[in-house]
Amino acid sequence: MTQARLYSIITDKNLSAKQKSQYLALEAEASLPYLDIETKTQQAIDAGIICDMFEGHAPFKPRYVLPDYGKFLAQGSEYLELDAANNFDEALNLLTILYHHVPSVTSIPVYLGQLDTVLMPYIGDLSEQQIYQKIKLFWIMLDRTLPDAFMHVNIGPTDNIICRTILAVDAELKQIAPNLTFMYDEKVTPDDLLRQATNNICVCSKPHIANYPLHAKAYDNSGFGIVSCYNSLPLGGGSNTLVRLNLKEVAKKAQHKADFIDTVLPEYCRIMFDLIDVRSAFLHEKSNFFNSFLNTEGLIAENRFAPMFGIYGMAEAVNILMEKEDNKARYGHDDIANQLGHTISKLLSEIVATTDVKYGYHGKALLHAQGGISLDKDVTPGVRIPYGSEPDPVAYVQATVAHHQYYTSGISDILTIDETVKANPLAMFNLAKGALKSGYREFTANVASNDLVRVTGYMVKLSDIAKFDAQGSRTNTTFLGAEAAKNTAILKRKPRVAALETSPSYVE
Amino acid sequence: MLQSDTINFDKKGIISKILTFSCVDGPGNRLVIFLQGCNFDCISCHNPHTINHCDHCADCVASCPTGALTVENNKVKWRQALCSGCDKCIDICPSKSTPKTSSYSVRQLLELLTQHRHFLNGITVSGGESTLQLAFLVELFKAVKANAALSHLSCYVDSNGSLSEQGWNKLLPYIDGTMIDLKAWQNATHLWLVGRGNHRVMQTINQLAAHNKLYEVRLLYIPGKTDLLSEIDALCEYLNTLPQQVIIRLNAFQHHGVIGEGLTWDKCSEQQMLMFSKKLVARLGREVLLPSVYT
Repeated sequence: MTQARLYSIITDKNLSAKQKSQYLALEAEASLPYLDIETKTQQAIDAGIICDMFEGHAPFKPRYVLPDYGKFLAQGSEYLELDAANNFDEALNLLTILYHHVPSVTSIPVYLGQLDTVLMPYIGDLSEQQIYQKIKLFWIMLDRTLPDAFMHVNIGPTDNIICRTILAVDAELKQIAPNLTFMYDEKVTPDDLLRQATNNICVCSKPHIANYPLHAKAYDNSGFGIVSCYNSLPLGGGSNTLVRLNLKEVAKKAQHKADFIDTVLPEYCRIMFDLIDVRSAFLHEKSNFFNSFLNTEGLIAENRFAPMFGIYGMAEAVNILMEKEDNKARYGHDDIANQLGHTISKLLSEIVATTDVKYGYHGKALLHAQGGISLDKDVTPGVRIPYGSEPDPVAYVQATVAHHQYYTSGISDILTIDETVKANPLAMFNLAKGALKSGYREFTANVASNDLVRVTGYMVKLSDIAKFDAQGSRTNTTFLGAEAAKNTAILKRKPRVAALETSPSYVE
Repeated sequence: MLQSDTINFDKKGIISKILTFSCVDGPGNRLVIFLQGCNFDCISCHNPHTINHCDHCADCVASCPTGALTVENNKVKWRQALCSGCDKCIDICPSKSTPKTSSYSVRQLLELLTQHRHFLNGITVSGGESTLQLAFLVELFKAVKANAALSHLSCYVDSNGSLSEQGWNKLLPYIDGTMIDLKAWQNATHLWLVGRGNHRVMQTINQLAAHNKLYEVRLLYIPGKTDLLSEIDALCEYLNTLPQQVIIRLNAFQHHGVIGEGLTWDKCSEQQMLMFSKKLVARLGREVLLPSVYT
């Protein structure tokens, strides 16, 4: 850290005062010496093989905190000098207050609660219109006061007025924050509610749709939440740290497939656990975080926090290993490559399930397919198929679904759907239902403007698209320009709405 | 549900492509089966390689960079596993065809559909002109409707409307909807553009509408070349006789895939399309579907 760096943060043209404070705090923490880790661990960090996600040199808050908001509303808070909520307005007011006391890696809460379950006891005899008006104001408040795209609300799987109203308001306002996950349970959720959720995806690429029974079972039906981007964690707990392993770099170190599986991967997993234990031990033993009222008033419990064992670069790792075997099969496109990926995921899952950590959920870490940060170059997030080479969305799901059973704390597959789906949202419903039925833990679709759109009823040849690239690129500029103009509001607001998790350090 | 004992599961279709995800070929996500062969020869055709069946002239074989094409017993053979999809064979074909077709039995397609059924709202047959393989379509749709795991899938036909009344009568019991192209208003214009008149097409549209099996009518707008704009009053008077729920979808003429004279024609711009659609909407009193992309 140099004073010049602090000075450039302080005088930055684009950051708000609050954002500057955040980056200055990160620099201060980074000026402390790193925790006491093994030499091998330090070498793996320096080589870019394992990564601490820039969580800081001395963690004083968990990465993700999922307070039991329902309990909070029912009991109030001695520390905050608040009585229990008696009606809807009081419930919203209490939530608004507590959100400002829930830390996370970004300082902004990543979890805002299973809001329909939390709020339903307080609706009293409010009319639909009254609920709509209150939720709408609450939604605007969240976006303007806690502007982080990773701040996450959960709803569903039951059909209720809060769930329906939140979906309606979210589609109407099209805000970046809060992010939204809709829980789906085939046995509980009516089709027309799922239709409303999938219609919303066509309008604003939200919500994500979580496979409720899969997640609920993974946490012994003791409660869970989806937070930030696709992290599934215990309710009333969370994640103390996330450390991630770059499988691409691990694969490069291996002589061949067997060397990777038998020796190199297990060795780097061992190093991962060293970093995980050192980081979480500091948080739990030195930082005094668990002396806070969140813990003493029972909104969280220390034993419901677990480290997330993240991985990324599966696609590159598989392709590198296939090349070492002189096999041309590619991840996402060829069965043999996909199967190697599934084998690696299974192995990782077995390692994580059988390795004790100092502070974990039932003494264990949770495997996570990590979704990438802005600094990643030439490496694909999690177990995704590399951008630009994805097969059609159904083939995508079928190629990757076998991974989903292994990633307890979340897996971030994103399906890119061309914008023709906007005129046919039923197709989004079909796709979501198919993916969840096949075993997807979480369905996330991004409706993109894609110049590779197939024209109605015509079979467009890929070669022709290539031939017309030159002409296409000229007019596509106009097209994209128009698209950008349509989205101007969003573009303008980007500096206000931060995404600290993907941009974890200050870049001049 | 239909009895399966009258179905010929071995009936085969000549297929140029199958897509397992499409949101532009009927309601919801559809598995789309493109059948080879067409009885129209449109100057504006966007996939002319689907018009004729391969005559095994073998002109394409030498052009294949990966050795996926060979001649065996005087027939051109295509090995999909070796194919890189570069389409050089299609470029070189002198007969508006492709060596890259496959023969699928009804049984094989049922297996494919079973594998994808949870993702699908239904299936759509397209082309080429799918109804040229009428007997195959009838067996396929009968088999889908008779299969407990698949009978929820809706069956749609994308057609140029040339099939005879008797032909449609054979399909009607097994299909849920159709998408029909109306490419020109005057018979003479239609004849010039596609090589056949449009009386049959309009009779098809009327017949399908009467049976409540007409999902969508598609108008291909080629500015300055066809008469959909100059005849817009007569066209809309006709379209207004159709049930209100029938979707009117506009397609803009573009250059993708087009060969020959069509390439010298101007593409339809977004502005031209919007002007045309505005006039249609004013006369129809309801919305029409517009293309989402112009190139």
